Formats: sequence, structure tokens, C-alpha cells
Amino acid sequence: MNEYSGSEILLKSLLEEGVETIFGYPGGSIMPVYDALYDYQDKFHHVLVRHEQGAVHAAQGFARACGKTGVVIVTSGPGATNAITGIADAMIDSTPIVVITGQVASAALGSDAFQETDLIGITLPITKWSYQIRRAEDVAWAVARAFYIASNGRPGPVVLDFAKNAQVEKTTFNYKKCNFIRSYNPYPNIDNSLISLAVNMINNAKKPLLIFGQGVTLSGAEKELKEFLDKTDIPAAATLMGLSALPSDYKNFKGMLGMHGSIASNIKTNECDLLIAVGLRFSDRITGTVSTYAKQAKIIHIDIDAAEIGKIIPVTLGILGDAKTVLSRLTNGVKEAKHTEWLQTFEEPERVEYEKVISPEIYPTEGPINMGEVVRFVADASQGEAIVVNDVGQNQMLSARYSKFAKPRSLVTSGGLGTMGFGLPAAVGAKIAKPTRQVCLFVGDGGLQMTMQELGTIMQEKIGVKIIVLNNTWLGNVRQWQELFFNERYSQTRLQNPDFQQVAEAYGFGHQRVIERKDLGDAVEKMLADPDQPYLLEVCVVEEGMVMPMIPPGKGITEIMLNEHEWYSKS
Amino acid sequence: MDPLFTVTVYSENQVGLLNQISIIFTRRNLNIWSLTVSASAIEGVHKFTITCRTSQKQIEAVVKQIEKKIDVLKAFYYTNDEIIYQEVALYKVQTENLLDSNDFEELVRSSHAHIMEINRTYTVIQKTGHCEEIQDLYEKLIPYGVLQFVRSGRVAITKSTEEKVSRFLAERAEVGRNVN
Ligand SMILES: Cc1ncc(C[n+]2csc(CCOP(=O)(O)OP(=O)(O)O)c2C)c(N)n1
Ligand SMILES: [Mg+2]
Repeated sequence: MNEYSGSEILLKSLLEEGVETIFGYPGGSIMPVYDALYDYQDKFHHVLVRHEQGAVHAAQGFARACGKTGVVIVTSGPGATNAITGIADAMIDSTPIVVITGQVASAALGSDAFQETDLIGITLPITKWSYQIRRAEDVAWAVARAFYIASNGRPGPVVLDFAKNAQVEKTTFNYKKCNFIRSYNPYPNIDNSLISLAVNMINNAKKPLLIFGQGVTLSGAEKELKEFLDKTDIPAAATLMGLSALPSDYKNFKGMLGMHGSIASNIKTNECDLLIAVGLRFSDRITGTVSTYAKQAKIIHIDIDAAEIGKIIPVTLGILGDAKTVLSRLTNGVKEAKHTEWLQTFEEPERVEYEKVISPEIYPTEGPINMGEVVRFVADASQGEAIVVNDVGQNQMLSARYSKFAKPRSLVTSGGLGTMGFGLPAAVGAKIAKPTRQVCLFVGDGGLQMTMQELGTIMQEKIGVKIIVLNNTWLGNVRQWQELFFNERYSQTRLQNPDFQQVAEAYGFGHQRVIERKDLGDAVEKMLADPDQPYLLEVCVVEEGMVMPMIPPGKGITEIMLNEHEWYSKS
Repeated sequence: MDPLFTVTVYSENQVGLLNQISIIFTRRNLNIWSLTVSASAIEGVHKFTITCRTSQKQIEAVVKQIEKKIDVLKAFYYTNDEIIYQEVALYKVQTENLLDSNDFEELVRSSHAHIMEINRTYTVIQKTGHCEEIQDLYEKLIPYGVLQFVRSGRVAITKSTEEKVSRFLAERAEVGRNVN
């Protein structure tokens, strides 16, 4: 039988897993792998990033846009530690990625060798699984296991720390896909007696509300969710991570939950008699003060991760299982219903929000351009067909609130970690995963500069991402908090920015700066004209804008600010 | 004070598992009171017995997060009344102090302790029991001059008649046969 180096076995194993794209960056301890890659250039599209953090975020964007596992290859030591932020982000946002890091030779492990870091030690708390490959014989086994673990059950990041000797040693190749791990059951059996109990609770509810998170997307349950809602007429709201699993214009869709969510979805969480939570983890950005969260309601929590059930909110009924199967069984069991009166009660908070918040944000007639207004222009022009990627801050919240989604997997955002700098590289990955779709990135002037080096990747790879820089010359989100909660003491939040037009010019992208409202429509058209070309549209937006509505930190979900001076109160 | 829980974890025999388990306690700033790690009765399966004082809600979350680790087979938590448990302790006492004593023999006998070794310089006494009993004997030995005193972590066996781990492994073996 032929023998291959561990490096070549790695590549052959990746091919067995259907991998076509690798995001990476070479270095000393991974050079044998890169050397092997030289002979596999026709099999893999290797995207050379400019910083390892960018490689991981790009792999995340890829995975989030198409559902396949993203792959990263980086070197040991600084290459590996640069990847940490992305790994942590993928962990908290349940994103399937496999990160292969170089490592010094087994014999040198523990000796503080050049570019040795204890990567397993560092990544244990932020990976679904991490494993050090010390022998070429283990490569195929470890890769198979890595892909199985990363993509099954509740997905997450896996690290394979690949010792240099194992990269060069030779052995035979015999790939066996992993489909079973004794100690890990990714799809626990769903207890049908719990389904019956849930069906009863749903049939008897007068004021039910369904809230959903990324679990719906991850289990591919978009259709099942819609069928359940069609049959039961239950209103539904999404977490940030759940957005786009239901079309934005779906009749019973009530918007985003949480701190900057819709007034109605938050208020009704504390008025419903039954709260059905599907594939979410009750993050503090959703619940506000836990002690006042949905106290009046019976709660059904559906999740594939047993550790999430009851972790934050005590629930009436926890159903362990994947959203797709559970929702379809529930739909089979429940009676058709109409909730006309209950749905009518959403209208009042929706009207207030529209008048006090939405309309002034997205349809202003004077003054500087608003962030939300830019999002509205892009949403109108792309008709919900674009994949929206965003960074973190005000740009994130406003693009999440005002984008229109027509298809699943259309929002790529850093939810649980809130990683500034996520957007640009994630957009790279999303566009590679879905080359025929428009990919529109909304990014702040601060966040862009956190991973701006990836403009080089976009240039070299000719990736047609549309970069919409919402330039407010502030770390706007922090500025907002300083204004509202820290007595307007603007500590270290003002930015002096480079000329982003010249930056775009340096990379050879089409670009434009918009300052006046009248130019915005045309500029957006122009940006979207050729979906294959990168473009940087900089919009100089209102400097001291606010994201509203807002549930201030430490408050309950019914304590909602409409603006700096006014709180929502039921009329 | 928070109640004392005994956590038992059954895992595959993999490098780094102790670390994986202990960081779940560290993250929540929970102090591990005692820890025993060894091969279990089931071949290839490792067993961790951990004691920790905390709230019911915390320990429940901790155990679920431990069980979530890929290489962990099963994790449970128990209160003291649900298990039979023991610790072992060794005490090293100066022999000459014992020779002058009238009640030392009675102390060893009534404490259900054993003498493991006697030589001219020191005597080693061994005792198994609950934490408090072990502490109690230590305090009674202090007047004799204790040179060294060590105690183990806890080992525990459930009072339940159901062997959950064996059942779990049998179920998984069945699933494994069907997928392969
Ligand atoms: C890596 C990282 N550092 C710091 C923060 C804290 N933070 C959250 S939003 C924000 C300001 C973002 O400013 P900008 O990118 O300009 O976006 P804007 O809010 O102005 O839209 C900061 C500093 C973060 N989320 N991530
Ligand atoms: Mg800004």
C-alpha cells in the first residue's frame, strides 16, 4: 500500500469530507502542510488572508452562509493565538469550523520550543473538541472525528493541533468517515410524551408567543417553523441569531427580541400565557433582568443541547431535540387555531414604535443621514435577496433591525461574542460560500479598522463584497452608552479616521463617499451594479445617533426607552 | 453554608480530561473540595469523584456542562444521603509519645483505625471513614504529636439499584452496531 506524509493525509482527508475552500496563513510549524498543498492547488481553493483572525471569521462567514463546515489552517504560536478570537466567537455562536494549527514536533512539546504555545490548553474552554495529533497514523481518524463533531448536534469549533513530526512522518491512508462516537450522542431521542404535553399546552394557550434562535437555522427547520406558525397562527419573534429563518414580511413575524428589539416582541414576552422558545439560549441581551422575565407564562424550551435547558430560565417543559423534528411533530399534533384578538394587541406597540422610532430613523427628511436610512436603501434595492453581514456596534443593531430577509441564512453576525472586526472577513467567507448572491457588509468606522487588512484578501481574491462603511467618527455604540449612562463623559470614543476613499483606492476597489441624502439612492444602485466586484461605499452618517428602542442594561424587558427622554408606556 | 455535592463523572480515557472537567468549575469560581480520579470498574472507562459546595442550581448546570464534553460518557451529582462514601487518611505520630500513653490503644480501637507500621521513630495509623471522623481522630492525635497527616479525596457508590452507566454503555453499543 502507498504511504503518504501526515500532511498529504490531512489534505486527502479534507477532500473526503468534501472540503473545497481553506482559509489560511502559512508559517514554520505548518510548512509541510503548505508544501503538500502545492500539489493540490487544483483541488482546493486556498484563501490567503492577512491575519489569522480573518481566516477564522472568514471560515465562520462561509459556514454561516452555506451550512458547511469552514476550514482554517494556520501555523503554531502566534498564528494559532491570532485565531483565538474567531474560535471563541464560533463557540458561542455554534458555528461549525475545523481549525488546524501547526505545532512543534512531539519531542519538543513542553520545552518552550520556538513558536510553541499550549494551544490545547488555551482552546479547551472555547472549543467543542480539541485534539493534538502527534502521529501520522492518527491524522485521518482525527479529521473524521473533527468534522463529525463540528457539524453534528449543536455545531461548534474543533481544533486539531498538528505536531510537525506527524506532518512529515509517513503512513498508509485509509479514510473512514466518523458516524458514531460512544460518548457523544448529537441527536438524542425525542421523548414523545413531552411532545403530547407540549401539544396540549399549545392547544390550550390563549396568548401564545413563539421565540426562536439560530437553532432553527442550524437544524434547517425554516420550513417546519413556518408550517407550525401557519397552522397555529402564533406570533413569532427572533433573537439576533435567529433572524432570516423566517422571511421578514411573514405575517406573524414580530421582529427581533431583546435590548434593541421590537417593542411588541419584548412587551408581549411578559404578557403571553405560553412562551415557546425554539433553539435559543436565553442570552442576557434577550432576557434583560431574569427575575422579571416572562414570569406569568408557561415556558416550553426546545433545544438540542441539554445544558441549555433550565440554564437561565426555569422552564415548564424542556424538550431535548432538534428544532426540525420537534417542530414538525408539534405541527402534526396541534389543532389549527386563530389568535386574532391576541394578535391585535401587538398593533398598539407596533404603531408607537413606528411613529416614535422607525419612521424618524429610516425616513428622515432633514439633517444628516441616519444609519437606519442607509440600511433601508440597501434593503429596498436588494429586495431581501442579499446576504447581510455586519460588524458590531450601532451598525450591527440597525442593519439587523432594518434589513429585509427573504431567504434563510441571510444574516451573518457576531452574536454572543460581539466581536468588532468580525464583519469584513466574515463577508469574504459568505461571498465565497454563495458567489451568486449579493453580500452586503455594514461596518462601523471603528470595526472596519479592526480587520481592515483583509481588504488585501478581497483584492487578491477578487471577492465581490459590498462594504458599506457607516462612518459616524465615533465608537458609536460605546458613545451611546456614555451619553445615556455615564453622564456624557466621552472617554476614548472619538475616532480620527483615515480617508476611507483613499484606502479603497489603494486596493483598487470602486468607491464612493456619500454625505447628502439626495445622493444615497444612486450610490447604492451603483454599488450593487456588478455583484462580482468589490465596492466600498462610505456614508457619513449622523455623528451622535442612537439605536432605539433600548432596554437599558439591568432593566426588565418592559422598561423600554424610545429616545433619550421618553420611555414606552402602554396607552 | 451551601450543601456539599458529590459529582461523579465517567469518561473515555483521554489526555486532558481532568482539565476539561476542572475548567467548568473554575469558570464559575467554584472550589473543588476533593477529587479522586481512577480507572472505573468498566474497562477503558475513567471515573472522577469530585466534591463541591454550591447551590443546587449551580451543580445542576455544572454537571450538564461536564456531560456536554465530547469524551465524557455520563455525569451525575448526589447529596450525601444518596451515596455511600469513604475517605482514607494516614497519620504519622512519634512512637515514643505513644509508648508513654495508656489510652492510645483504646483510641485506635474505638476509632476503627489500623496501625500500618511501627518503628522506633514513628507509627503510621490508617483510618477510613467520613471526613468528620477523620478530622476527629486527627484532633485526638494532636496531643501525641502528629508528624504528618494526609487524607484522600472521596470515593462513593450510589445507593440506587440502577446502574446507569452500564445501561448507557449498552445502549450506545447497540446504536454503534446499527450505524456501522
Ligand atoms: C473586539 C472588540 N473590542 C471592543 C468592543 C466594544 N465595542 C462594542 S461596539 C463598539 C464601538 C463600535 O464602533 P464602530 O465600529 O465605529 O461602530 P458604531 O457603533 O459606531 O456603528 C465597541 C468599542 C467589541 N465589541 N469588540
Ligand atoms: Mg462608528
